[in-house]
Amino acid sequence: MNALLEVADLSVDIPVAAGELHAVRCISFAVQPGETLCLVGESGCGKSMTALAIMDLLPKVARRSGKVLSFSRKSLLKLSEREMADIRGDRMAMIFQEPMTSLNPAYTIGNQLMEVMFRHRGVGRGEARQRAVFLLEKVGIRAAESRLNQYPHQLSGGLRQRVMIAMALMCEPELIIADEPTTALDVTIQAQILHLLKNLQREFHMAMILITHDLGIVARVADRLAVMYAGQIVETGTAREVFANPMHPYTRGLLSCIPVPGKTKRGEFLGSIPGIVPTPIGQTLGCSFHNRCSWARFDCARQDPEIRPLSLNRGYRCHLGPEVLKKKGQAVLP
Amino acid sequence: MNGTLPPVLELVEVQRTFQVSRGLWKGKKSLYAVNGVSLGVNKGDVLGLVGESGCGKTTLARMLLGLLPPTHGQILIEGRAIAGEDRPTISRKIQPIFQDPYSSLNPRKMVGSIVSLPLRVHKVGKPSTWHSKVEEMLDLVGLPRRVLHSYPGQLSGGQRQRVAVARALIMRPEVVICDEPTSSLDVSVQAQILNLLISLRKELGLTYLLISHNLAVVEHLATRVAVMYLGRIVEEAETDRIFKKPRHPYTKALLESVLTPEPGLGVPEIHLGAGFPNPLDPPSGCTFHPRCIYAQPECSERVPPSLRDEEGMVECHLYK
Repeated sequence: MNALLEVADLSVDIPVAAGELHAVRCISFAVQPGETLCLVGESGCGKSMTALAIMDLLPKVARRSGKVLSFSRKSLLKLSEREMADIRGDRMAMIFQEPMTSLNPAYTIGNQLMEVMFRHRGVGRGEARQRAVFLLEKVGIRAAESRLNQYPHQLSGGLRQRVMIAMALMCEPELIIADEPTTALDVTIQAQILHLLKNLQREFHMAMILITHDLGIVARVADRLAVMYAGQIVETGTAREVFANPMHPYTRGLLSCIPVPGKTKRGEFLGSIPGIVPTPIGQTLGCSFHNRCSWARFDCARQDPEIRPLSLNRGYRCHLGPEVLKKKGQAVLP
Repeated sequence: MNGTLPPVLELVEVQRTFQVSRGLWKGKKSLYAVNGVSLGVNKGDVLGLVGESGCGKTTLARMLLGLLPPTHGQILIEGRAIAGEDRPTISRKIQPIFQDPYSSLNPRKMVGSIVSLPLRVHKVGKPSTWHSKVEEMLDLVGLPRRVLHSYPGQLSGGQRQRVAVARALIMRPEVVICDEPTSSLDVSVQAQILNLLISLRKELGLTYLLISHNLAVVEHLATRVAVMYLGRIVEEAETDRIFKKPRHPYTKALLESVLTPEPGLGVPEIHLGAGFPNPLDPPSGCTFHPRCIYAQPECSERVPPSLRDEEGMVECHLYK
């Protein structure tokens, strides 16, 4: 297996006034070339921090540690800022959530797009401009030539996100990290942008890490997914496996929470997960989900479970064995 | 719109324009945020209002709450026009739950004071009964009594939204306007709040106007759905009918763009060509024609008539 990105035991800790905030706790995963991995979880589960840790864009106070963090078999852990900057935007690019704030309002679209080429490829204006126009057309922006001289505020939200995608593609990266790329957009635009991302990914054979809280997006876009809870990965598998047969109680709870047109009955109560996420500050004892889990046993509060591998890419973090969980049925609610 | 009782909430040709300045010497232009909306909501119904951002959903909600007078047309609650009524009278009948519980609650007031404020403003009953009324309300929305003395900042997002629900319901209004009640919440918390809204509706016989861009939520809660495009309702029908047999091309496109959690289906291709039009300079004829795949020459020339039949209402040249 030649994984494009390999992560093992990656942790991110942030010192705060009350102690140490463990944003990401010992997560491991790998991304193969051309594949889409979705990181899914609720706010505060550490999915964005994971992305920032890979790109080395964490806030200054945050500490990153890990056993392995390698990109096409080159370790990223010991790189200097300059070496990292050579990779960032060239072989690894990021699409941020808010197209309103992630574009510089003081520069034209053309300037911002071409800058990437100047930095990494050292090409002339003409060539950079040509590439910018080519990509703007690729992402479905008409009259691309004239758009180059426009400023971000002159574009709508959907167009700005398209510009962000074009910018990420400027140097044909091997890996794209998209952090909630469609959260700020309307549903119709969301479908268009995701459709576009998937097509471009196939065309340029890129790997993608898509971070989202929307299970609908995960189901439609992901090849594989990793469910995160309180800084840990609690379940991994292919989208088909996880949606058809969720193992971890948290994953089951999440899937029972969402109304599905045509499946859930109108006006019936939805499933829910009682309680709230434990504080990420300080040491936690036992499984991070035990205080919300209706099947928690005595040892759940004492010992943090290990990932139980089911097959090569499938596993979940729980004390209960697969046979026991199967017997419990689908519903989490008592 | 059947039965003998008048609809609890009725809008007759409601229109709201804003004067938008286009620059120093160019003068002002009218923006039709809501352009001739007629709707009726029966008691106990949940009307889902869907549409893209900028289509006028929130302006409509603000007019219903009496926060913004309509430029033309009438809004009636239980058959009485709200135009002549004063704010307190309107607010007894109709109450809002807003999208963001982080900004809709005063951070400097304790929960007890936030929830009891409507009682104090309207001077309902004796002040000695207010405390027990607030406690009763907290029980109803599933909050522990100890939060009475907490500040909103000490509560989680879901708890705050419960406070907002308690504040909206303490006057026992007829209609509750839920403007994106769950879109700023996490998935698991969203389900809790939706369950709360479902059970409160059953218990108190409430009528909801549910504004949301999450069509799965609308499908789950609403009994009727109205689809809004550029200030007009383009289709209105029972929820089942809208979801099973959408008639307006825009409704079809909206429904296609819903990503249900079913792996293997892939991302649908949406045929909605151009982006949302500039509301200051709306397209001629049917305002949807530049994005419509079924558009005919007629569509850019004439405004489509409203067709009302037993299946609901639709505004499109395809249906006459």
